[in-house]
Amino acid sequence: MFSDSLRIVWVYPDLLSTYGDRGNALILASRAQRRGYPVEVLEVRSDQPLPATADLYLVGGGEDGPQALGAQRLIADGGLHRAVARGSVVFGVCAGYQLLGTSFFAKGTKYAGLELLDLSSDRGPTRAIGELAGNIDPRLGLPPLSGFENHGGRTHLGPGVSPLAQVTAGIGNDTRTEGAWRGKLLGTYSHGPALARNPALADLLLRWAVGVNQLPPLDDTWSDLLRAERHAAAAAARS
Amino acid sequence: MPLRAKVASSVSRTAAALSRAAGRGDGSVIGGWIGLKIDPELLAHLAAGRAIALISGTNGKTTTTRLATAAVGVLGKVATNSFGANMPTGHTSALAKAGSTPYAVLEVDEHYLAQVLDATDAHVVALLNLSRDQLDRAREVAMMAQLWRAALIRHPELRVIANADDPMVVWAASPPTNHDQRITPPQVVWFSAGQRWHDDSWVCPECGSTIARQDNQWWCTGCPLRRPQPQWSVEDDGVIDPTGAWHKVQLQLPGTVNLGNAATALAVAAEFGVRPVDAVLQLGSVTSIAGRYAQVERDGRLIRLLLAKNPASWLEAFDMADEAPTLLSINARDPDGLDTSWLFDVDFSPLRGRQVLITGDRAFDLAVRLDVNNVPFQHVRTFTEAIQSVPPGRLEVIANYTAFQDIRAELDRVL
Ligand SMILES: [Zn+2]
Repeated sequence: MFSDSLRIVWVYPDLLSTYGDRGNALILASRAQRRGYPVEVLEVRSDQPLPATADLYLVGGGEDGPQALGAQRLIADGGLHRAVARGSVVFGVCAGYQLLGTSFFAKGTKYAGLELLDLSSDRGPTRAIGELAGNIDPRLGLPPLSGFENHGGRTHLGPGVSPLAQVTAGIGNDTRTEGAWRGKLLGTYSHGPALARNPALADLLLRWAVGVNQLPPLDDTWSDLLRAERHAAAAAARS
Repeated sequence: MPLRAKVASSVSRTAAALSRAAGRGDGSVIGGWIGLKIDPELLAHLAAGRAIALISGTNGKTTTTRLATAAVGVLGKVATNSFGANMPTGHTSALAKAGSTPYAVLEVDEHYLAQVLDATDAHVVALLNLSRDQLDRAREVAMMAQLWRAALIRHPELRVIANADDPMVVWAASPPTNHDQRITPPQVVWFSAGQRWHDDSWVCPECGSTIARQDNQWWCTGCPLRRPQPQWSVEDDGVIDPTGAWHKVQLQLPGTVNLGNAATALAVAAEFGVRPVDAVLQLGSVTSIAGRYAQVERDGRLIRLLLAKNPASWLEAFDMADEAPTLLSINARDPDGLDTSWLFDVDFSPLRGRQVLITGDRAFDLAVRLDVNNVPFQHVRTFTEAIQSVPPGRLEVIANYTAFQDIRAELDRVL
């Protein structure tokens, strides 16, 4: 499917973009370009049709109103469903993760999700704000997840998905598991530029999109230093 | 003033003086806090009899308050919260400390605007802008606009000076379309100061449609909300007033954003009857604001401090800074917000070609951001190391809130 250039779609930046969501697109593009892959990043706003032929789709965070509106427009548009059927990669963050499931709550009302992942979300007793860390599903072969979470939701996974990680710090889905994945669809509560702290996760999404088992290594000195610092901070907050 | 208020005011002043003497801060908050404990109505009592202007918004309020204070100063003594203590405790301290003055110009935290309007019965309010600040603490931008709008409707006598370039501000300052006949909308004077940051106003707060932009115009594609014609605007290195006259503005503060702040200050002063020709002469007297824009010489380096606390203000800081070695410092302590995600909302590419140094508690977050942005940099552990890493001459320092305070402390509280 990946042809002359890697096509990344940032879905509805006018609705689904809180702090730093742009970062995930920038990081994926940068890491692909440094391996010599030509990259095209398309920002598709909610009043435009969503192209179904891109390689990778990013669905970011949003407040309640925009989240509900975004889900309604994505269901009506159908482009993301067609893309998934073609084998495209989808990465959802926070509100964008929740709306990939069967249902979610926004402003006290239950909304239908896109039903791309077997999970449903509701409101938790407290807002989860702070460092998030966890051990990622060993089948994905990644080092531990590091992130910052900021959400009021709790997510319940059905049998059709696997947790992305087992939580070691923070709340994630429900204090035990964090995020979810199935096939080439992956979602996380690690907010905003989640991939800044998880370059190996960025590379997994790129490998899925490009269709290769390995990518040449990059100099990740600064990401490694950041990860070490944040894992230490998460551990300190836990004890 | 009732006796209780007199006692509270006196205790408030004493507490502030004690706090300063004890070296526990500048006293601009503690005095007001104690005073309000003794008399919860103290702010209202202290405000009574003064002509008051309030300045609020996400960015530029401290600078605009200083400029407006200088401009209104043409008429007489002006009380102001010059330390940036911008919540009711700070206002109470400032008014108690100033004693009786005919005028007051107060910077107000955007979350407290409704409360301070109610307490002070202000004559004028200037609404600068609304953009994302610190996500893990602040409410969403549209909700803030809604709170402002509700507050303004309760004060029909108020004169509003508002930014025509910010759709959120225009909506907040405009009366509701299905308005109740008994509600008199506030009178609005519009200013245009230009705006670099648009990412928080793509969706119309009135109807949810897309906001379209072309040149400096913007309009909603689904309802009548659009950019009003401004009475005050910036042109070249000056300000155009409502009569169409152009006034050259000579500031000691850098950047076009401060020219916009000057236009706002002139509009505020005009509401008190100060002619722009008289006000404009006062603006050049403002040199630095609580350390911001301050210049300090250290070991042959001419260091200038710029505060940038959210994405919109980083864009402005890059515009203000000279093409010179630049130190960026980032913390994520409580006053800064704990989340550093916003770093990816800032395009650091204007710094390419300059020597860039980074430091602060969260320098590694910044390092990853700059790496992705293709901006070469060097990490330094201390401010002293930063100074030693650059050649003699100008060093620009751009820092977020607590990082800025740390560097100020190192430079011995420059003012
Ligand atoms: Zn509209």
